[in-house]
Amino acid sequence: MNKTPMTPLLEMRGLRLEAGPVKSPTVILHGLDLTLRRGEVLGLVGESGAGKSSAGLAAMGVVRDGVRFAGGSVRFDGVTLTDLSPAKLRRLLGRRMAYVAQSAAASFNPAHRVLDQVTEAPVLHQTASRSQAQQEAIALFRQMQLPDPDQIGLRYPHQLSGGQLQRAMTGMAMACRPDLIVFDEPTTALDVTTQIEVLGAMRDIVEHFGTAAIYITHDLAVVSQMADRVMVMRDGREVETQRTREILSDPQQDYTRSLWAVRSLERPAKPADTPPLVECRDLTAAYGEVTVLKDVSVRLPTGRTTTVVGESGSGKTTLARVIAGLLPPVSGEVLWQGQPLPPDYARRDPALLQDIQMIYQMADTALNPRHTVRETLTRPARFCRGLSGRTLEARVRELMDLIEMPPGQFLDRRIPELSGGQKQRIGIARALAAEPKFLICDEVTSALDQLVAQGILRLLMRLQDELDLTLLFITHDLATVRAVADQVVIMQQGRIVEQGPRQQIFDSPQQAYTRRLLDAVPQMDPDWLSRVR
Amino acid sequence: MSPVPKLILQRLVLGVVTLFLVSALIFVGIELQPGDLAEQILGQSATPDTLAAWRAELGLDLPPHVRYLNWLGGVMQGDLGNSLASRRPVADLLSQRLANTMFLAGYAAVISVPVAVVLGLLAALWRNGIFDRGVNVGALSAISMPEFFVAYVLILVFSIQLGWFPTLARIDEAQSLGDALYRCFLPALTLMLVVVAHMMRMTRAAVINVLASPYIEMARLKGVPRWRIILRHALPNAAAPIINVVALNLAYLIVGVVVVEAVFSYPGMGQLLVDAVSSRDLPVVQAVGLFFAATYVTLNVLADILSILSNPRLRRG
Repeated sequence: MNKTPMTPLLEMRGLRLEAGPVKSPTVILHGLDLTLRRGEVLGLVGESGAGKSSAGLAAMGVVRDGVRFAGGSVRFDGVTLTDLSPAKLRRLLGRRMAYVAQSAAASFNPAHRVLDQVTEAPVLHQTASRSQAQQEAIALFRQMQLPDPDQIGLRYPHQLSGGQLQRAMTGMAMACRPDLIVFDEPTTALDVTTQIEVLGAMRDIVEHFGTAAIYITHDLAVVSQMADRVMVMRDGREVETQRTREILSDPQQDYTRSLWAVRSLERPAKPADTPPLVECRDLTAAYGEVTVLKDVSVRLPTGRTTTVVGESGSGKTTLARVIAGLLPPVSGEVLWQGQPLPPDYARRDPALLQDIQMIYQMADTALNPRHTVRETLTRPARFCRGLSGRTLEARVRELMDLIEMPPGQFLDRRIPELSGGQKQRIGIARALAAEPKFLICDEVTSALDQLVAQGILRLLMRLQDELDLTLLFITHDLATVRAVADQVVIMQQGRIVEQGPRQQIFDSPQQAYTRRLLDAVPQMDPDWLSRVR
Repeated sequence: MSPVPKLILQRLVLGVVTLFLVSALIFVGIELQPGDLAEQILGQSATPDTLAAWRAELGLDLPPHVRYLNWLGGVMQGDLGNSLASRRPVADLLSQRLANTMFLAGYAAVISVPVAVVLGLLAALWRNGIFDRGVNVGALSAISMPEFFVAYVLILVFSIQLGWFPTLARIDEAQSLGDALYRCFLPALTLMLVVVAHMMRMTRAAVINVLASPYIEMARLKGVPRWRIILRHALPNAAAPIINVVALNLAYLIVGVVVVEAVFSYPGMGQLLVDAVSSRDLPVVQAVGLFFAATYVTLNVLADILSILSNPRLRRG
């Protein structure tokens, strides 16, 4: 179009960020170059620790506490942000550059009404009077397809859902009509069916105002809907940058290819025709007066993987808690190899307790941070299996071999020294120490990066084959279901919507909700979002 | 439906129950002391007969639980009984002393609460800076010294050397308010130095804790100035712990003034209590003790209610 080279809106040159002591710093960004033209959307993709968020904040001239600019520059529309005084930078923040954070629920101040927070920046930067700003905010709410746009701003954040808050936050970022918006994983915390609506609304509004954006995510399918160009990052460095279509169809670097390949993990499903190890009959469970599980009946075949899928609040975890005996049901029963189980775990036989083990989503909080790996594993091995002395040590080493972590290297490390994936492996080993027959995996890969998550899934599948384990796999991620499930159970609002073999659920779903859920999973196709909306 | 009325009712019922327990504890505590008023008044030379006659007259011969219930019944009807020592109604003895104590405590509170909160906010704003360190060192030194010591140092400097304030805080009804405030300045200042550190540190800690929240980063990225982040975004969410510590310290101002009153010969409740204990004047001790307990309970219930109201999640269901 225009032949004269337009000056880019944002130019990062050799940007280096450091944290920690000046003499031996931890380098967060190793001289990053990044260019963003007006109205362009750049996707930043990478695993956690790649420096995506730091790069996004640095684009606004901001670093988190303890981090410092250690070289290079950030120029925004002719102004060098890295040289600006805090007061001058503050006049740009919120007005010409805005930020949309991952957790909208945590990023709205619980003490103030939503509208007051949305209008804070325009009033503060004097781009509009209070009443003007309020009118604008209501218009933005309408544009973001929030229900009841005239009144919704008068509510407090806790009175809105996560998806509504995320849209309100995008509206908040738009309030001063900034030139640049940094989206930092804005839909990661949302359910898939909510995500698709929020993504659509965000894309529309960015297009509508022609705003330039940096879209940070670990989800390639999401970024391919939003971005014109994609930069893949790893360990604070650029791996490659390409136009979206090109990087999807023709990635140049091995690392990019490995990220792409994660999505293709798929183990052939086994027939779910073995006798059930666990059977739930008409389970109804409640927390206080709130019923969260209604008439749930499901059979978990021995030696197979049953995945329970649903959005938050669908009762997946509650089902696991009832089976584990942590929450006695209001009515209905759980059968173990055909025999009724006592509803409360305290009344169950110790041998039975050992047979049922749980692995949790947050290995961080599920493992005692003061313990070493050895202490974490010896305790259940001693307590459940009565091992001691040399047999105990041998067993602990055997467990470490099972989870593919060299015992010599890791046994005496403390839990906080381990990475997220390693912690989750220790969580698995701890469950295996009791030699269980039945493992409940509650969102065990949800907090992990895709490559790491894939490793955990492969490990669990291998262990299942070797130890003949029956797995109950709880997840909200349909890619995980596709990878590991033999049998799929779809839950919504405490009820089972549909259940059946994996192939049947994915190829010929019978229920409308199941189809909606499957359709809402972002595809690695830049046209997907436009097509499904 | 807002859960607030139910929560408040719960707190009130708990408060009343606490008061009953405390009244029983006070009674038992006094029972455990050796000797009684009769022995105190008649001395060691008294014959058993005279002692018995005195006890019968004062009602001290009745079994303890009967005396407790009699007393409790009286209190419920607003009758605190008569002082055993002076035979005057306890209520009369108490009223002037009570007013004095509340005056001094209120005076100290009006100075110390704003000072503590403002210092705490500034310390949080400039945390780990020179101001922060200075304020912390100052406040902690003040709280580390016993209050009588602080009081005597203040007297030495401001009354004796500089001659700005009187050494004794004698007040009576004839004085004007300004005069009373002037005379009570040193005791109020002493109390302030004792309570400020606690409230200041809690304000600082609570605000700094909140400053780590994502919504504070959000405010920063909206270009909100730091002072406004502290006042508008952090303080309302730090209010609950601050309110609780303020309430605890207000209670301390009322209840814990015994020593300061003694140093400045201030005619408050504390001195009354000390005199009553040494003369085994049970009804007075009970009344003062009950009043102190009621102060604590009321202020804490009040703090709970304010914390509940400061939380929109509870306020608006």
